[in-house]
Amino acid sequence: MAIKDLPREECYLPGSAACPGCPATMALRIVYKALGKNTIMTVPACCTAVIESLHPHTSFDIPTMNIAFEAAAAAASGIEAGLRMQGKGDTTVVAWAGDGGTYDIGIQALSGALERNTNFIYICYNNEIYSNTGIQRSGATPYAAWTTTTVGGKTEFRKEMGEIVMAHHIPYAAQACVSYPEDLFKKLQKAKSIKGPKYIEIMAPCPPGWRFGMDRTVEMGTMAVETGAWALYEYENDKVTFNGKSKLILEKKIERKPIEDWIKYQGRFSHLFKPKKDVKRLKEIEEHTDQVWERYRKCYL
Amino acid sequence: MSEVMIDTGNYIAAKAAVMCKPDVVAAYPITPQTTLVEGIANYVKSGEFKGEYICVESEHSAMSACIGASATGIRSFTGTSSHGLLLMHEMLHWAALARLPIVMCNINRVIGPGWNIWADENDGISQRDTGWLQFYCSSNQEIFDTVIQSFKLAEHEKVCLPVMINYNAFILSHTSMPVYLPTQKEVDQWLPKRKPKWKLDPENPVTFGNILLPPAYERIRKDMQNSQEYAKKLIVDIAKDWKKRFGRYHGGLLEQYKCEGAEFILLSMGAIGAESKVAIDNMRKEGIKIGLARVRTFRPFPSEEILKLSKKADLIVIDRNISIGNEGAVFNEVKGALYNKSDAKAYGFIAGLGGKDVPYGDIEKMCKKAVNGKAKHLEWFGLEGV
Repeated sequence: MAIKDLPREECYLPGSAACPGCPATMALRIVYKALGKNTIMTVPACCTAVIESLHPHTSFDIPTMNIAFEAAAAAASGIEAGLRMQGKGDTTVVAWAGDGGTYDIGIQALSGALERNTNFIYICYNNEIYSNTGIQRSGATPYAAWTTTTVGGKTEFRKEMGEIVMAHHIPYAAQACVSYPEDLFKKLQKAKSIKGPKYIEIMAPCPPGWRFGMDRTVEMGTMAVETGAWALYEYENDKVTFNGKSKLILEKKIERKPIEDWIKYQGRFSHLFKPKKDVKRLKEIEEHTDQVWERYRKCYL
Repeated sequence: MSEVMIDTGNYIAAKAAVMCKPDVVAAYPITPQTTLVEGIANYVKSGEFKGEYICVESEHSAMSACIGASATGIRSFTGTSSHGLLLMHEMLHWAALARLPIVMCNINRVIGPGWNIWADENDGISQRDTGWLQFYCSSNQEIFDTVIQSFKLAEHEKVCLPVMINYNAFILSHTSMPVYLPTQKEVDQWLPKRKPKWKLDPENPVTFGNILLPPAYERIRKDMQNSQEYAKKLIVDIAKDWKKRFGRYHGGLLEQYKCEGAEFILLSMGAIGAESKVAIDNMRKEGIKIGLARVRTFRPFPSEEILKLSKKADLIVIDRNISIGNEGAVFNEVKGALYNKSDAKAYGFIAGLGGKDVPYGDIEKMCKKAVNGKAKHLEWFGLEGV
């Protein structure tokens, strides 16, 4: 599958209110292409609630219902049941939420929907911050990153949402990244073909949130994978399979690049480089990343 | 030929809900609502309920799931109580603003701390401004009839708002009474399938609830207000139609009892409203010219009817709730209805908080205090240890 082979049809329409270089819109285009028009999406409070643009206009050509911040997965359970009761069980139901709405405020509803086996796809586009409210810390924010609520840098490491989801033993989960659209497309198509709850998380580097140039979104995503800050994998039938560069890192066929090579381009980490290099915290980040990958190898290799 | 079912308020509500054939019920258990959802679960097992019962992980998700389900154009129902209702608060606003005709029973229960599961109406009252229509019932028959009537009301094209049916914890929820049931065929004929004004439909890809600028937002608020105003007439029409069809009537926005020639009108809600009838009978026997106007709908509030009653009588209000920092919620609303338009005196009593029993004897004492000109503007009746 190459980019040129993706469906031509666009359900993401021109004229949205997204920032230039927005990863959420890049991902949404692929989501719509993979899932097709027989899809209903519910969106909690997140950047997408703005991106979809102002009433009475919309930039989405599939039915979309906005819902409260913590409620996306529960609303999806209701939509799915409502459609099924009308014999429309073939419509794909999607909850599309940010990392704040997934890792933090929405985790209860998500866990509930996964446990009660709702037939839907939950997609988290993870830009590692509350971006819609203007760059605040979330459970997905990496250690040492500046946000407006972690002014000196976050003092905790992020949680592993993917593994929390896997603990529900659902039929399918995956981690993807906007920089690898073919991989994302394939994972979405697979999710669509499977009945039951599915979870896909998409790494989504945010130019204004991370403080990098709007022309570098794809590069920031690629580097997140190459440095091991983010892993591409699929979870199916209780088995985790890493793919792409992440597979090579897992199998030690390539070395992951230093995280430093990635974060030095991001203003959110600038305090680690000037006025003077923060050797201690940079070392902690690299060591922690190594520990994460050692654990991955122990669990998933 | 109507059937009689002798059961508790909760099981009666479950029966009524199932007879309305909702496609989706999403609920979370809480005392004293629990037997209502157990009742629904029993109907799932027996096959009498053919919809989907989503056992959610919280009341917030219960209302969110009802919203999602209702947004696909189908009928949805839920029930809760006290803290569960409070947890739903955000989504109660959401359901009303999204104009989704969800019907819910709320079993009025004390809010903690300290933990207490008895009757108190502060839970329902605190949802006053959510846009939901609110009924307060005084018998199991009224619960049954009101649940079915509420779907018709909520789904009416000029209303399109959710409805909350309140009834007191244990006094009704766990007390068995005989209730006349219509047949399923009769309910089906009286309550047609919902015709949604909007729905999530891939054939018509519309975005709902996106960013709304102030003028448009103000318009949707006004539209909700218009719908509640319209509901004032519709509630009465539906109640009359129900009476014509099934012979039972519990009042419109108010239930008036012995109000003819009354110089005093007692206003109360819920179970105290039922108990008040005994008190009125007793006081009438003693020659006191007093009647009862039992408030059935807290939203929309029956301001016009109350104003009309105040032209001939002074008003006595008993509230099983307190808006801390001011007064009882119904008392406050009643005075608002009279403002600048009536010379009637109004006396407010707070009684029965925390589930304290309010027997007819106490109701008589409160009324007589007002009748004898000895009541203050606002009193806490039977307050101990203060």
